[in-house]
Amino acid sequence: MSFVEILRVRFDDAGKVVPSSGYTTVLTTLTAGAMAFLAVFALALSLSSGQLAQRWSDTLSQSATLRLSAAPSEIGAQTAAVLEILRTTPGVVSTRVLDIDEQRALLEPWFGPDLPVENLALPRLIEIIETPEGFDAAGLRLRLSTEAPGAVLDDHTRWRRPLVAAAASLRGLAWVSVVLIAGAMAAMITLAAGFSLAANVQVIRVLRLVGARDAFIARAFVRRFTLRALIGAAGGTVLGVAAFALLPVAGESGFLTGLGFQGAGWFLPLVIPPLAGLIAWAATRTAAFRVLRRES
Amino acid sequence: MIRLANVSHDYGGRGLLSGVDLHIAPGAFHFLTGPSGAGKSTLLKLCYGELRPRSGRIELFGQNLAALSRDALADTRRRIGVIHQDCQFLDHLTLAENVALPFIATGRPVPEADLHELLSWVGLEHAADALPPTLSGGERQRAALARAVIMSPEVVLADEPTGNVDWEMSQRLLTLLVELNRMGTAVMIATHDLTLIRNAKALVSARILRIADQTLQSAGSDL
Ligand SMILES: Nc1ncnc2c1ncn2[C@@H]1O[C@H](COP(=O)(O)OP(=O)(O)OP(=O)(O)O)[C@@H](O)[C@H]1O
Ligand SMILES: [Mg+2]
Repeated sequence: MSFVEILRVRFDDAGKVVPSSGYTTVLTTLTAGAMAFLAVFALALSLSSGQLAQRWSDTLSQSATLRLSAAPSEIGAQTAAVLEILRTTPGVVSTRVLDIDEQRALLEPWFGPDLPVENLALPRLIEIIETPEGFDAAGLRLRLSTEAPGAVLDDHTRWRRPLVAAAASLRGLAWVSVVLIAGAMAAMITLAAGFSLAANVQVIRVLRLVGARDAFIARAFVRRFTLRALIGAAGGTVLGVAAFALLPVAGESGFLTGLGFQGAGWFLPLVIPPLAGLIAWAATRTAAFRVLRRES
Repeated sequence: MIRLANVSHDYGGRGLLSGVDLHIAPGAFHFLTGPSGAGKSTLLKLCYGELRPRSGRIELFGQNLAALSRDALADTRRRIGVIHQDCQFLDHLTLAENVALPFIATGRPVPEADLHELLSWVGLEHAADALPPTLSGGERQRAALARAVIMSPEVVLADEPTGNVDWEMSQRLLTLLVELNRMGTAVMIATHDLTLIRNAKALVSARILRIADQTLQSAGSDL
């Protein structure tokens, strides 16, 4: 009997020949519900940390800024020296000296449009575009300190690198949780099915005596537990998704932005109930055939 | 159809059956007697493969029991109707469902008309929807007989089928079994009830077997 066959809910005789033991089936439903609820969270965590890693690594933008302050008479020579150093630094793709207008645009929010930029001893700003691997900032600083003492390397976005790595491992952890949840559910349903089979040895015996094959006897148990897991997981999934829908996640800004489901992501939890049913089907089937082989 | 050759069995303690040879041929009618605890039920269980013998060979419909696969044994059991001494019902199903269980358990549609005819034959049409534990011992035995024959088996093995019923009903059940036998079904009845055996002799030529001293003997006509 295939898993799909069970999905066609037919309360026929195969299900009826085993008495419904309310206790184990209720436990199975509750377990599947709780596990599905947790799985929704693990899934959300995985999606969100994936998006977080993506967002953070986008803003890394693979660029750094170099600020060069020097006496007006030296600034030209030092700029040339710095550009030469950068040209020979591995990990640097290109460099560009920002012109006066760009500098004005950068300062405008702070000092207004009328700042006489031309008369100020502003530092030169050099934009550095890096390769994805980046350059060796410490090594670069060392070279700059000897050859262009007025240069300050500003790589402020670098602190996000470990965060990106953290978000990526958070995502890995979320997937490990999903696997653990699935495993725990399989284990619990195996136990529940084993208990139910043990409680029904006499029923199994009678069915054998009237000529029932193992597959028929197993079906009665498999159907029951699969349906229970499906129903329980559906309930748990609905509750979990509802919890996220109602969760007051920090709005558009802030660290937790995007924790939860977005767009099509809301449909992803739909896979949880069928998956739970599949796990229950496999677990009960294995348990049933093992018991039936032993009790012959 | 069912053949035991040099079969011995015990439950781990003292020997119970040893060197038993038995052949249930098509259309045969056997009685099996012997004191309580002699091993009549045990011998029947060996005949439908619920028990495996300690030694010896059992053939069901030409197939060696020891070599039968689990599914093949299940299929073989459909050809043997058994009336168990303790009935073996599923207490959460109605009497009618219990009688129809051989159909249900093999995934076949229940022949409702046959089921009701059979239930009225054994006088149980009023109890079709009752649960087995609410019935009397005799009612359960009649239902057990109905279940044993509903699949039109080739052999019927009956363990004390009349133990709990009155004389009239026991005659009726016997007549039903004799009827089936006339239509070709082999029958073996384990019983203490010597009156039943005597009455049967008027209806059918039965062979009477007796378990004594762990062996199966022909009791002849000295009853
Ligand atoms: N499962 C078992 N385990 C151990 N001993 C058993 C088992 N079943 C039967 N026995 C023993 O085997 C002996 C024969 O039992 P069996 O039921 O075959 O006797 P019987 O001839 O049918 O008796 P009765 O006429 O009382 O039904 C008895 O002593 C019984 O105690
Ligand atoms: Mg007995």
